[in-house]
Amino acid sequence: MAHIQLKNISKTFGNHTALTGLDLDIADGEFFVLLGETGAGKTTTLRLIAGLEKPSAGQVFIDGVDVADWGAAERDVALVLQQYSLYPRYTVRENLEFPLKPKIRRLPDAEIKDRVDRAARTLRIEHLLDRKTDRLSGGEMQRVSIGRAIVRKPRVFLMDEPLSALDAKLREALRTELKNLQIQLGATFLFVTHDQIEAMSMGDKVGVLNHGRIIQTGTPHEIYNNPRDTYVASFVGSPPMNLIDGRLVNGRAVMAPLNFELPFAGGAKASGATEGRPLVFGIRPEDVYLESGAPVEARVHDVENHGVEKILTLRVGDTTLRATVPARTDVAIEQPVRFAWNPDKVVLFDKGSGVSLRHAS
Amino acid sequence: MATTMITTLDRSSRAAARGLSDISIRNLFIIPTVLFLIVFNIFPLIYSLGYSFTDFRASTNAPANFVGLQNYRDLLNDPYVWSNFAITAKYVIVSVVGQLLVGFGVAMLLNRDIPLKGLITTLLLLPMMLSMAVVGLFWKLLYDPSWGVINYALGLGNFEWLADPKMALYAVALTDIWMWSPFVMLLSLAGLSAVPKHLYEAAAIDRAGPFYTFFRITLPLVAPILMIAVIFRTMEAFKTFDLAYILTSQPTAELISIRLYKMAFQEWQTGRSCAMAYIVLIMVLAITNIYVKYLNKVKER
Repeated sequence: MAHIQLKNISKTFGNHTALTGLDLDIADGEFFVLLGETGAGKTTTLRLIAGLEKPSAGQVFIDGVDVADWGAAERDVALVLQQYSLYPRYTVRENLEFPLKPKIRRLPDAEIKDRVDRAARTLRIEHLLDRKTDRLSGGEMQRVSIGRAIVRKPRVFLMDEPLSALDAKLREALRTELKNLQIQLGATFLFVTHDQIEAMSMGDKVGVLNHGRIIQTGTPHEIYNNPRDTYVASFVGSPPMNLIDGRLVNGRAVMAPLNFELPFAGGAKASGATEGRPLVFGIRPEDVYLESGAPVEARVHDVENHGVEKILTLRVGDTTLRATVPARTDVAIEQPVRFAWNPDKVVLFDKGSGVSLRHAS
Repeated sequence: MATTMITTLDRSSRAAARGLSDISIRNLFIIPTVLFLIVFNIFPLIYSLGYSFTDFRASTNAPANFVGLQNYRDLLNDPYVWSNFAITAKYVIVSVVGQLLVGFGVAMLLNRDIPLKGLITTLLLLPMMLSMAVVGLFWKLLYDPSWGVINYALGLGNFEWLADPKMALYAVALTDIWMWSPFVMLLSLAGLSAVPKHLYEAAAIDRAGPFYTFFRITLPLVAPILMIAVIFRTMEAFKTFDLAYILTSQPTAELISIRLYKMAFQEWQTGRSCAMAYIVLIMVLAITNIYVKYLNKVKER
């Protein structure tokens, strides 16, 4: 159990800057998800906390102590990597025992056996204990890696995309298991992923990382409903938020190049939104709905059927926007439809900076 | 791999134009080699097996008489031959273990990011590329009691490295270690660099110390390639001749191959030396077989 703090961390590899001025605060017992695209600096952040890399500038605190001079062993963290780094030639049991057996902190045999058995039970790999690791499937290997992390009872669990090499079914199952495990252990988890579904479904808190900077931290709900800028808006959510250029004229949203108008309710909320200023209107696809009397006419450009719902791509002029509609909605491609949005759900972004007006002040 | 791959000749190729079929091209490549092997290896091997049952002497015109297993019986009951075998065993163990320790140790030192790593590796490989005879002559000079560099550097006065009955064999082994440690180093380096880096990181995270990491991760993963080095070096050390022959004439350093040479070409006991050669051959085969079995076991683990 530990509280982790990163203060103004920067990390460069030669000419390449991986992280710039990163601040992060992970509370004790929190499931924190670091979300970002490949190359955003997620893994570097993790390795800095684990002590496998040294920051070029800034400090790492674990439980309020600056751990700059501590090696990976002293930090007492567990790391689960994407390429399940199991020790070859050993059985599952030997792999699980590995972190408990070094002479310096050798535990009594009964204790080792007890911990291994308990971890195996938690992860449901008891039947694999005597098997060699090269004869396991991907999901089993990843469970063993996680098992090797939990037998030690470390202060912090660090997970570097542990699920991304697995197939979709297994990923879903392990997602739930990991979340349950964290609740059960009450441990601090830092989970790195590029998959926004994982972030949304598992995280107590999510930090969105882009180009070595934290763009926004918050609960999944905050990140989803109140994205700090257009990057977060378009990165989180599947399909992503619709972003349409426009202006606010007399309490109505006027889309600039297309000349269609929609009512806008939050005049008071968007206090910084002066009339006529160039804006980007953000609206989630599920807040766009089709209705016969709705104000804007569009054509159906594409239909994706997802079983419970359909994702429509609507075309107005030469702009497209997505709408999530119930699966029973009967539409054909090129069919003219009329749509509207939920005016309460619209997020306004500044056209120039991309920052949400709600976060600007 | 049960599938055999047969590549068919491209019909438009020049070979096809000359009327060569796949089979005739195959024969063109294989038959010279097979002929060479038969004439220079297999025929002498079988011919000498025949001689090993006779009292033939190549130095006289006397006809060879069949003596059955007499040669083998005599040799295996000869305490001098057994002492040659004991000397050879000692030599093999000292030199192979020495090469293993030095070679693997240097490989461990080199297996990290150091400046000029390529140059250092190449320089370290040089001894291996010299001729055995040249190495023998050089080291004879280095070992020289009165003006040799080794005595000078170690301040040993007039110590007789190669004439001392106790030291001679170790002096030869030392030269062999100098010459062939780079070979073990090269194989070990290949093995060490094949150990995935993330395993070391995982071990560091798991709070394993350097010794624990070495014995639990590095060694098991490098073991198979190390075994291959041991097989090669044991076979080579077993049949060492030139180095020992050039360096010393001490009877305490008389390896089995030197005994064999003396028997065949100084005493001209051709029949008996053939029998001796067969005994050595069988021993080398047996040792190699044990190693290979063990290697397979190491690989399976």
